[in-house]
Amino acid sequence: MELLLQQILAGLATGTIYACIALAIVMTYLAIGHLNFAQGEMAMFSTFVAWQLIQWGVPYWITFLATISLSFLGGVLIERVVLRPIHNAPVLSHVAVFIGLLAILNSLAGFIWNFSVKPFPTPFGTAALGEGGFVSAHQVGMIAVTLVVLAFLYAFFRFTRIGLAMRAAAADPVSARLVGIRVDWMMALGWGMASSIGAIAGMMIAPIVFLEPNMMLGVLLYGFAGAVLGGLASPLGAVCGGLIVGVIENLAGTFIPVIGGELKFTIALVVIVAVLLMKPQGLFGRPVLHRV
Amino acid sequence: MSLPSDETLEAVPQPAVAGRMSPSLLVRSGFGLSALAVALILPLLTPSFLTFQLTLVLVYAIAIMGLNLLTGFNGQFSLGHSAFYAIGAYTAAILMDKASLPYALTLPAAGVTCFIFGFLFGLPALRLEGVYLALATFALAVATPQILKLSPLEYWTGGVQGIVIDKPDAPFGLPLNQDQWLYYFTLLVAVAMTIVATNLVASRTGRSMMAIRDNPTAARSMGINIALYKSLTFGVSALYTGVAGALGAIVVQFVAPDSFTFFLSISLLVGLVVGGVGWIPGAFFGGAFVLFVPNFAESLSKGLSGAVYGVMIILLIYVMPSGAAGLARMAGRLRHARGDRS
Amino acid sequence: MKGRKDMRPPSHRLRLAALVGLAGFALASAPPAMAQKKYDPGASDTEIKVGNIMPYSGPASAYGIIGQTEAAYFKKVNAEGGVNGRKINFISYDDAYSPPKAVEQARKLVESDGVLLLFQSLGTPSNTAIQKYMNAKKVPQLFVATGATKWGNPKEFPWTMGWQPTYQSEARIYAKFILDNYPNGKIGVLYQNDDYGKDYLKGLKDGLGDKVSMIVAEVPYETSDPTVDSQIVKLKASGADIFFNVGTPKFAAQAIKKVAEIGWKPVQILNNVSNSIGGVLSAAGLENSKGVLSTIYYKGPTDPTWKDDPGFKAWSVFMDTYYPGGDRTDNSTVYGYLLGQTLVQVLKQCGDDLTRENVMRQAANLNHLELDMLLPGIAIDTSPTRYYPLEQMQMERFDGERWQLFGPVMAGTVSG
Repeated sequence: MELLLQQILAGLATGTIYACIALAIVMTYLAIGHLNFAQGEMAMFSTFVAWQLIQWGVPYWITFLATISLSFLGGVLIERVVLRPIHNAPVLSHVAVFIGLLAILNSLAGFIWNFSVKPFPTPFGTAALGEGGFVSAHQVGMIAVTLVVLAFLYAFFRFTRIGLAMRAAAADPVSARLVGIRVDWMMALGWGMASSIGAIAGMMIAPIVFLEPNMMLGVLLYGFAGAVLGGLASPLGAVCGGLIVGVIENLAGTFIPVIGGELKFTIALVVIVAVLLMKPQGLFGRPVLHRV
Repeated sequence: MSLPSDETLEAVPQPAVAGRMSPSLLVRSGFGLSALAVALILPLLTPSFLTFQLTLVLVYAIAIMGLNLLTGFNGQFSLGHSAFYAIGAYTAAILMDKASLPYALTLPAAGVTCFIFGFLFGLPALRLEGVYLALATFALAVATPQILKLSPLEYWTGGVQGIVIDKPDAPFGLPLNQDQWLYYFTLLVAVAMTIVATNLVASRTGRSMMAIRDNPTAARSMGINIALYKSLTFGVSALYTGVAGALGAIVVQFVAPDSFTFFLSISLLVGLVVGGVGWIPGAFFGGAFVLFVPNFAESLSKGLSGAVYGVMIILLIYVMPSGAAGLARMAGRLRHARGDRS
Repeated sequence: MKGRKDMRPPSHRLRLAALVGLAGFALASAPPAMAQKKYDPGASDTEIKVGNIMPYSGPASAYGIIGQTEAAYFKKVNAEGGVNGRKINFISYDDAYSPPKAVEQARKLVESDGVLLLFQSLGTPSNTAIQKYMNAKKVPQLFVATGATKWGNPKEFPWTMGWQPTYQSEARIYAKFILDNYPNGKIGVLYQNDDYGKDYLKGLKDGLGDKVSMIVAEVPYETSDPTVDSQIVKLKASGADIFFNVGTPKFAAQAIKKVAEIGWKPVQILNNVSNSIGGVLSAAGLENSKGVLSTIYYKGPTDPTWKDDPGFKAWSVFMDTYYPGGDRTDNSTVYGYLLGQTLVQVLKQCGDDLTRENVMRQAANLNHLELDMLLPGIAIDTSPTRYYPLEQMQMERFDGERWQLFGPVMAGTVSG
């Protein structure tokens, strides 16, 4: 029983990582209407930029803000420069371009900063909390930051005009254009925001998984799973999905004999797919109606 | 997903008025025949190593063809084809290793096994669309290497160590070395499968597949059994990629879980887009891209080979957003215009 | 006077002729290595082509630094005149840690680039994929960059040889240490779920012999796992008081950090692939790493013990001159340097007989080769029946700042 509780706690703790990344994924999806494979690499690259700033002596919170801004600009730039020429290309061509971006960012990061593992500082301290220390202060701080971002996003999409315009542009670009929304710039803005949130996720995750060019690979898989589980259109769903994935993965690894440890991720995915089969729009998503 | 729809209409054979065929079909078959002729002579002129690489290009082409059937023609987005490739490869390897099955027979075995897996996977996947289907197939791709490493299965799969297999010699004492023989064998399989695929998409079944992709509601109201066709397409697509996997295993002489990671799925997807979604012969361009471009990128810059590769993909998409298919269509139209004027 | 010319002492001419004859006889009957030059593809009067496959991209790209160190070392050798007057042409390709790509690159090196030998190909899966091919083609697959035990098999694969002490022999050393010092201990093992991890596990079990029940938990992780936190929790819950950490650098660091965080205080044994202070322990936290045990067979790049050691200084100068961008805290730079030196020794021993067969013969004929960055007391030894160049290691303990060697130099000999 005790082990069960410990693993649930540990799972929630790890799940905070996935929740963070899932939020970034959902943000992208809301802003641009498809999944950005290069999301993880963009976040990783931003985190390296942050690391470099810290190496140069810039204090943490200033670095944090600077990195968010730089990432925002980077995201807008990528959308305007790289994605503009293929706006009208088929979806799969977009996917191919994302893959290209992924390769470029990963390779560039390795080239500039090499592939060895680097520690990344945390502003929340390294104390372990609670009985048995299964949750660290950093993880608590991380979930707090995630919730703040979540609240911000909610407010942004719900209460501001720009947020509304962005949702409109992503949902129905043609009609949005008709009512005067600059759809192109909404897309760019969306990319910028997604990029910033990715950077936040990266800076939160790096102290735990350590900074290196391939750090996002594993995390992205889980984040993706969490985002889909929660329903891609719901930021809250993303956070919950991430936490749930963390718990399932931990429990599977601990309690399923023989193959549990070897198949943790698979089992988590199987559970998610099973959920999707019953609720195809995810736990928190709304059913999409097809009108004939 | 756009499709050169005018091409598929032309691919349907016109009623046979003696001697008359549409000009672009003639052109294309002319191009196809000369490409085939080159392909036949090449291994006799090139060093063994290049023959080996060309064989791998053909293998990847078959795999991409499978992916094209599912994603290009039927609109079901799959990130999981590395799994079917792996299943095909391991089927061949296990049969050759444990049952001493002759290599040629492993191909149908791999094909059938993958068809069954694909069909079974396609059934529950029916309810999933777009991104959600992507996740499910993605789960499959990630799960496969992990399942292949499972300790209880080690006797069969060789676990992390994998299985080493022998390369076959040319039969009937033909004066070909192993690489050349494997090349011709693979070429034969590739051509046969291309013909089957082309006929499939030109047939009623093919049109039903495409109808499901373009407008499922209309398709349903036309009486097409969506569930059956979607699952069947999954099966056939898996079959193609599985056969490619089996061939790949024989050519490389080794299978291991690390050979079939999620990155293989991504490569196949890139190959699909480069070749042109919805155009069967595009798979050969895609296969060539997947094999040669990383080498080329490496020769340009070892430290930044990934970046060069990424840049090349992006530039290619800019220039040809619809892949090689777009180029072919342009060429076809040019000839058409010239032909009409004369 | 006609006779005077003929009166020149015949011994003079005879002596000359005799000398010439003797010289000619000596040359003709000298061992081939001295007189004739024998070349296989890849060798010539001016160069020796050495092929290499490394993961410069993909999941194992952190090891690419080994290839870069070796390339830099060969640049140094060439700048100093080469080996027996021949320059080393080091051709290195990326396989992204993918076996099919490794096969392709190996074939390219052998058939297209025409290298004399393959040196330091990295990774067990990649090497397994090319082993049959290399042996069939009779091209040396020399000093493979992995510690898997199976590479020392001259009977079945005479063209393949490893270099570093095998994972199993290292684990046996730990087993012996545990049996000697903690005979009632309970061992928990974290291992990477692949060849490397499983080889260590086997070594530990073999080393424990009939006390193998001391292992109370074996918990694997995948390289795709973001963290190993839940594995550590599970290990603690198993009641183990000895923790054997078989992880690659990133995961080993995460493990040590988590162990400290959850307040678990086992005896920690760390595999020597991941005992870099710069790469692993500083990420894990130097305080958290206090007391961690490991083994080593070379002089650690950040160890101040060797500050005035001439061998260390030579390595330092090498890094400054030829690989200034290299990470000097990374053990891989010392590893690559040692490997470069070993290959140069083999090639030197070949003399002018640069056939592949002779390369293997010389590689299997390294007698007590002491390189200046190996620990004192450790030497490279090979024979035609024993393909394990390095088998000795020394244990070390981390005191929060640096590794402190202790105990004797040991060999964890593996049979066969």
